[in-house]
Amino acid sequence: MKIIYYPGCTLKYKAKNLETSALASLAALGIDVEEMDRWNCCGAVYSLAHDDLIHMVGPARNLVRAKEQGAGKIVTLCSMCYNTLARVNQLMKNDTEKRDTINRFMDEEIDYFGEVEVVHYLTLIKEEVGWQALKEKVRKPLEGLKVASYYGCTLQRPQEVGIEPLGSFTLMKEMFDAIGAETVPFNGADTCCGSYQVICEEAGDNKAAAKVVNSAAAGGADLMATSCPLCEFNLGKQQDELMAKGNISSQVPTLYFTQLLAMALGLDADCYRLELNDPGVRNLLEAKNCLAAV
Amino acid sequence: MTLPMNAPKVSLQSIEKIRELSGENVKVCMQCGTCTSACPMSDEMDFFPRKVMHYSQFGLLQNLENINSYWKCASCHSCTVRCPRGIDIAKVMEALRLLVLRTSTNYIEPSRIPAEKLKEYPGIMMVAGFRKLTS
Repeated sequence: MKIIYYPGCTLKYKAKNLETSALASLAALGIDVEEMDRWNCCGAVYSLAHDDLIHMVGPARNLVRAKEQGAGKIVTLCSMCYNTLARVNQLMKNDTEKRDTINRFMDEEIDYFGEVEVVHYLTLIKEEVGWQALKEKVRKPLEGLKVASYYGCTLQRPQEVGIEPLGSFTLMKEMFDAIGAETVPFNGADTCCGSYQVICEEAGDNKAAAKVVNSAAAGGADLMATSCPLCEFNLGKQQDELMAKGNISSQVPTLYFTQLLAMALGLDADCYRLELNDPGVRNLLEAKNCLAAV
Repeated sequence: MTLPMNAPKVSLQSIEKIRELSGENVKVCMQCGTCTSACPMSDEMDFFPRKVMHYSQFGLLQNLENINSYWKCASCHSCTVRCPRGIDIAKVMEALRLLVLRTSTNYIEPSRIPAEKLKEYPGIMMVAGFRKLTS
């Protein structure tokens, strides 16, 4: 079955390290994906108003592209893209009235009925590779590294598109187990990081993000791993500001889970691109001896 | 909580309007406050989500004008997944935002965001923020 990869805007610009580490890891694991041809913005947030169908058209068009290009599955990395595409996919599958309106509106496109499956990268790795096979491909187990797996909101909620049941954080844990890292207890795993609210706040004032960082620190984490570029910005790149305003007491460097995956698979440092993370990430990984050549 | 009500303030149409926009029946809220305890932003809200629901279910939308609660809501759905009455509270908050945004009123003014911040912000933050906070 053909798997189409949907990158979304941020992975081509601010979060190149999420994309390059993820794609290099897929290649190393022998999974063939093809980037969607002519993809467009997913809309970033799912429209919650019942009469607002026009904002469903952007994400629906991506689903049409995937069908047109013969895909059985679309894989996404960014949590916000995942949530938006998965929710619109459900709408196109289950709400016949709205689906018909959207299909009629896009009369230049083929009709779409929710045929393609939208999956997140973590689910894809579990289904297409499996944790045991992943473990066998690891060339550099990340021993001694304590990670807080941060799911944020959009991988878990609402339940109908959650990558696993509410309150269960096993997918990332199983992946980290397979690559030799330890996951620490983490109360803030699905607590909101403040999301787009930061756009109207002064830097360092994001109390929601501070709660998450403090919770990761309390669990004894060396690092926090996420799959969302917005979470990475709020939780990672903003830590100096959170610290300066006294909202966090210690720092927990934050990176993408795919960067740790690529490191464990022994891939070239060019693909995980730590220069795009907060400098604390590299310092921590060097101290933990995770960056030495395989 | 004492809820002063009088005829000019109560707007039964507003309850129906919220239902039309959100698909949710705010009248079934039983005021347990689970939404407030689940909300990561409640500390920063003028009224907690429970109080927003209370005013909404009695058609007292006037009391919700010019408060920051539904603007502070980040649509994280923590309340939605926990509401024992099954109300999708995130959708109610969206309806309250739209009642303002659809009068061509912006909550934030994109042109006032400093250029150096725009350079830093990830694309999804701006798409999401402008969709939720501007008309």
